[in-house]
Amino acid sequence: MAELLQLVIFGLVLGSILTLGAIGLSLTYGILKFAHFAHGDFMTLGAYFALSLVVTANLPLLVSIPIAALATLIVALIADRLIYRRLRRTRPVILLIASVGVALMLRSAVQLIWGPNVQVYAQGIQLPYVIPFADGAIRIKPDHLIIMGGALFLVASLHLFLQRTRVGKAMRAMSDNPDLAQVTGIDTEKIVLWTWGIGIAMAAAGGIFAGLDSQLHPVLGWRLLLPVFAAAILGGIGKPYGAIAGGMTIGLAQELSTLVISPDYKPAVSFAIMVLVLIFRPRGIFAGRST
Amino acid sequence: MDPLLNYAIFFVTIAGIYAVWSLALNVQWGLTGLFNIGIVAFVAVGGYTSVLLTVEPSATFGGGLGLPLAVGFIGAMVTSAILALLVGLITLNLRADYLAIATIGIAEIVRLFLKNEEWLTNGVRGIGGVPRAFADLGPEGLALANMVLVLLCVLIVFLLIERARRAPWGRVLRAIRENELTVLASGKTVKYFRLQAFVLGAAIMGLGGALYAHFVGFISPEAFEPLQTTFLVWVMLIAGGSGNTKGAVLGAFIIWAIWSGSQIVTGWLPPELATQAGALRMGLIGLLLVLVLLFRNEGLLSEEDQRRADIAREARNDGR
Repeated sequence: MAELLQLVIFGLVLGSILTLGAIGLSLTYGILKFAHFAHGDFMTLGAYFALSLVVTANLPLLVSIPIAALATLIVALIADRLIYRRLRRTRPVILLIASVGVALMLRSAVQLIWGPNVQVYAQGIQLPYVIPFADGAIRIKPDHLIIMGGALFLVASLHLFLQRTRVGKAMRAMSDNPDLAQVTGIDTEKIVLWTWGIGIAMAAAGGIFAGLDSQLHPVLGWRLLLPVFAAAILGGIGKPYGAIAGGMTIGLAQELSTLVISPDYKPAVSFAIMVLVLIFRPRGIFAGRST
Repeated sequence: MDPLLNYAIFFVTIAGIYAVWSLALNVQWGLTGLFNIGIVAFVAVGGYTSVLLTVEPSATFGGGLGLPLAVGFIGAMVTSAILALLVGLITLNLRADYLAIATIGIAEIVRLFLKNEEWLTNGVRGIGGVPRAFADLGPEGLALANMVLVLLCVLIVFLLIERARRAPWGRVLRAIRENELTVLASGKTVKYFRLQAFVLGAAIMGLGGALYAHFVGFISPEAFEPLQTTFLVWVMLIAGGSGNTKGAVLGAFIIWAIWSGSQIVTGWLPPELATQAGALRMGLIGLLLVLVLLFRNEGLLSEEDQRRADIAREARNDGR
């Protein structure tokens, strides 16, 4: 029983990270209409910006997160101006290939600037809180609480933003029906900017949490791309609330799968779920009204 | 032999193997519009199949049947085709972008399988002593004979695909790429055609994998990294001209020249930067991909030119 609960906690931690990635991916997919394959590498970039702030500038992690997110966003907007915007009139699949190119360039830059080796935010071993439970004990590291708490805060802020602000409502409208949104006079370029802003900031935070959970390395985000995509598809493309449910489901499924299959094959679990969803519910399991 | 000539032979051999992969991708993406970014999966499965069939028996891993190379090559095409058939039956009805994600997943699962199933693949240690073609010709004759073998494969694959492209079959594939509904309306089973294109492409990728493994003489999960085996092939096809069979081959040779050239340049770097050479070259692939898309997205030899040539040829034949 304790073992199961422990896995649930690991699953929630992973789910928090995947959720932050999936929200941005789902929004860019829904509003900009292309599968942004560089999303994982923007997560990596955010994690490394925070590394510089924490290790070199000695800032506390929580202060570093917004600064790193902003820096990542600037890079994303440069990529949008120089590359994506110019290709937006072509077929979406051309944008997809271009985003693979952007992904490779980002990963290359990360490796050139910060080096190919594994790095961490803080040296030393963190003592976990041990909570005795039934037949054993559950261990939770303080970092795990930061990750889950941080993700909860960001998701709650997103909810308020989408429900209460004009821009948030316009974004939901764009994602649900772009033609109708345009007809009602929504400034689409402004929405594109906000989509990048929210999506990339969330991705950067997710990348930082992924680095906090284990270690930073240049393929950190690329390895997360498959489960993040799985989460976005599970939740339904363009549906931020679906992305939350999808992220948590994939996170829990990956960790709980270790009860029955070898942990070596954890990444295969998200793939299997994704394929099943694509076959049976191609619009996601939360299809229908999105809000 | 002259070291320069030696290098030229090596260069043409590897570029030729890439041309095989590029031609294979041209069937899937260029003609049919199937977005496969898991090329490495089919290449690795082909390579491993051929190695396990032909290598001497071993106590540490499965296979090792010591069969002739030709059996290995055919086996490579068969297993890659079977993998593609299984994957295709599940995923080929998906939209292009979903198929792309699915193929990444396949590549990841194949990588995990090759790494973890040591009983079969010897895990991360890889398999050495892979028999090489024409081993009894001595090192120089072997290199030359291998180059000829690879070029022969390029030629056969090229003629096969060029023939298929001009045939009604190829026209259906291109029609599916351009407008699926029209093809459905004219009574073709779109899914069946897509599956054929996907499986044919995958079998050729498997053949390339076998050529590569037997040329290098060693195979391990790390030998096939997505960067070099998937993305470089994509750059080659797009730069050469997606949909244009000659373009696929031309792109392979030109991009391989740039890629090996970058290796020579990074070789001049001071030692403290030399470890970063791989990262620099990865950025280069990404940059090339983006630049081609921005400034010449039809590639060096466009499909349009090829179409005009086809029409001109048919007009000539009619006039005769």
